[in-house]
Amino acid sequence: MTGSMDLPAKGGFSFDLCRRNNMLEKNGLKLPGFRKTGTTIVGLVFQDGVVLGADTRATEGPIVADKNCEKIHFMAPNIYCCGAGTAADTEAVTDMVSSQLQLHRYATGRESRVVTALTLLKSHLFRYQGHVSAALVLGGVDCTGPHLHTVYPHGSTDTLPFATMGSGSLAAMSVFESKYKEGLTREEGIQLVSDAICAGIFNDLGSGSNVDVCVITKGKTEYLRNHQLPNPRTYASSKGYSFTKGQTEVLSTKITPLKQKVEVTEGGDAMEE
Amino acid sequence: MARFDPYENNGGTCVAVAGADYCVVAADTRLSVGYSILSRDHSKIAQLADKCVLASSGFQGDIKALQKALAAKELIYEHNNNKKMSCPAMAQLLSNTLYYKRFFPYYTFNVLAGLDTQGKGCVFTYDAVGSYERTGYSAQGTGSALMMPVLDNQLKSLVLSYCQLRTFNTKLLLVQDAVTPLSESDAVDLVKDVFASATERDIYTGDRLEIVVINSSGTHRECIELRKD
Repeated sequence: MTGSMDLPAKGGFSFDLCRRNNMLEKNGLKLPGFRKTGTTIVGLVFQDGVVLGADTRATEGPIVADKNCEKIHFMAPNIYCCGAGTAADTEAVTDMVSSQLQLHRYATGRESRVVTALTLLKSHLFRYQGHVSAALVLGGVDCTGPHLHTVYPHGSTDTLPFATMGSGSLAAMSVFESKYKEGLTREEGIQLVSDAICAGIFNDLGSGSNVDVCVITKGKTEYLRNHQLPNPRTYASSKGYSFTKGQTEVLSTKITPLKQKVEVTEGGDAMEE
Repeated sequence: MARFDPYENNGGTCVAVAGADYCVVAADTRLSVGYSILSRDHSKIAQLADKCVLASSGFQGDIKALQKALAAKELIYEHNNNKKMSCPAMAQLLSNTLYYKRFFPYYTFNVLAGLDTQGKGCVFTYDAVGSYERTGYSAQGTGSALMMPVLDNQLKSLVLSYCQLRTFNTKLLLVQDAVTPLSESDAVDLVKDVFASATERDIYTGDRLEIVVINSSGTHRECIELRKD
């Protein structure tokens, strides 16, 4: 006897709300803007594994919303993912795939593989036809060796020895194309990644503040948060600012009591059990 | 259909603060387009007359054209009137020049500053089509919304207007003629701090800060470094 069950939609974009959104837009509703990271993210493969790098500026149009955000996201103990594009999208998609990988690790009893994360990410992004604006640099080391991939918002991927994404990708790629070679040592890899991120930080207005680095090798991952801080504040007034009472003009005052003041009197019966 | 867009915003911020006998004008030196930097060392401050300086942010092409036009008109004034233009006279000229192009504006956000005919500091603030006002201080450009509240908090003086008190019992905050009681060095310190703060949060402001101080002894120029990211 087959019962009928309301199964969730198996695939494809859900168009349920499109008509309502169009109607709202026509009636003058402004859709909320997205916060983009306007970023420089990079990754490269060196002799013992992969090195990932990212800047730490999050922008809302021309304004810096966060001066020190984290763009290198955890996927698995041996896999990390840098994210560029809409901050909410990169955060959500990496968190989601990270949970799926953990469940998979429990089911299989094995260390996660980078291609697994890659497939989960690309199929999700393709399903959303580019509306999930996440451009990622995925890197890690598993039983099959070190891997580095780029994932684009529409769901395509590349497998590369070195990669850059974000608004600062051209500045960073110019550094990689000049100085990258196969078989870099750990120190050389970290230095090259830092140089590439700095190129993005100083030459791209969408990137800035500090350099985050993540080094992944077989059996060990090092997350070097704020590996470099090349942008200290240049001037701070020694006088300081005082905000005395009366400095802010009070135009009018109205006090509305919300609740009656309750008086508590001692004595009376003790509460029963 | 792609149409030709005649304007472009090259970013940056300008500030001016008027004192009792001095005037501080400051602007960052970053020139940008889109997400790229064109120059880290481009001055936005132009000396129009002896005690009169124009700081402009906006579209660099229009800024250069405007500076040229004003310099030419200033020279003509000198020839006709046998004297150099005063700052308030230049203020009116700038307003007229901007309004002349009301229907194809100069994309410039200007702050004109200097010493008036009595030697007191004066600051005139403009919009793109020539509406202007004499104030005690002003900020224009991409970082202006970040700076003005701080300047308002530090420089706006509480002036008790007598008639206002009798009718509404409120204090009147006057910006007009509110030359700040701060000393020259304190004003410069405030401007540096306010620029450093705006640089933290505005991507178009940074690199270097050029500060011009005009007082009775002449014009003094100073530069300090800002964040370059």
